[in-house]
Amino acid sequence: MSRRPYVRRISTTTWYLKKKRDLVHMIQELTSLFVGIYGILLLWGVKALSEGPEAYGAFLEALTGPLSLAFHWVAFPLVLYHAISWFNVTHKAMPIQRGEEFLPGKYIVGAHYVVWIGFSLVVLFVAGVF
Amino acid sequence: MSDLQLELEILRYDPEQDQEPRFQTYSVPCQEEWVVLDAINYVKDHIDSTLSYRWSCHMAVCGSCGMMIDGEPKLACKAFVRDYVNKTVRIEPLANFPIERDLVSVLDDFMNKLRRVKPYLIRKEEKPLSEGEYRQTPAELNKYKQYTLCINCLCCYAACPQYALIPEFIGPAALTMAHRYNQDSRDQGRAQREEETASHEGVWDCAFADACSLVCPKHVDPASALQQMKITSTVDWYLEHLGMGGKKS
Repeated sequence: MSRRPYVRRISTTTWYLKKKRDLVHMIQELTSLFVGIYGILLLWGVKALSEGPEAYGAFLEALTGPLSLAFHWVAFPLVLYHAISWFNVTHKAMPIQRGEEFLPGKYIVGAHYVVWIGFSLVVLFVAGVF
Repeated sequence: MSDLQLELEILRYDPEQDQEPRFQTYSVPCQEEWVVLDAINYVKDHIDSTLSYRWSCHMAVCGSCGMMIDGEPKLACKAFVRDYVNKTVRIEPLANFPIERDLVSVLDDFMNKLRRVKPYLIRKEEKPLSEGEYRQTPAELNKYKQYTLCINCLCCYAACPQYALIPEFIGPAALTMAHRYNQDSRDQGRAQREEETASHEGVWDCAFADACSLVCPKHVDPASALQQMKITSTVDWYLEHLGMGGKKS
């Protein structure tokens, strides 16, 4: 009796369309592109700032254009989704053991939100929002 | 007395006759408390004795009966038929593994990978038996206990999209087993294991889809083990490149 194992091939381009779990995972992966674009935007702003008030003013002006606003309406929720979906699994990557027991995951996730909100408030304060 | 009728659509593959797998449907009279494995056993005993599949303990301990049930990797002994009434249940061998015959998968790839991560206690120097056992506190035990619950059913590999796309990926169960020993206070072999676990075929092929943890019938949470290993591997890389050692056991 000879062995002749059968290998099932999967599509390397459409595999994630078969199962909702995989599709959600791919959406989360793709939202990282918008995190990257935000990073580039930030670098552009820093570069403009280093070039003086005129360049920085032009950068801020560009942000108020319709194309920029349309981008932000799409990008911001996706980046928010990306951040939240990662924050919600942080307890898996960094469990904290106190004595024999592990700290419940909600405290580790919650601490991330607290730090996130704290940093955001500092940024908004420095930016002169309040 | 049978309570319900279950339609099983089972993937069949006879390497001596079939060019590719095909589905065969069986109508099985089931009792309400049956699990899918009972229904498959009924097929084997009363309808078609040529059906091949693995099983042993019938109580989610041996890990032999992992298979795709309605597209999800599950233990057939832990999936109740009452959850599949009024529908045809599709039974296939574990996804992402070659098919040996019918529902029997070829697991050689996993066995080789498991061997590569050295899933056993490694000591730099064994102490003589006369000095007694290696003692451990309950806290030290709890640090890795969850990962000892793995029964190698390989449902995690069948769910893992990364393993499906990158067959070289060492994968969830084997890497989790490496983490289990790395976390063990009696072990000193992390540096040895890191040659495999911190490689591109190791934890860095994991995209944290979390599918392995979602399907794990023993709640081992392999995804957590792999993410913790990524952090350890990163810290070790920096320590090594800053000339501060790294890869401590």
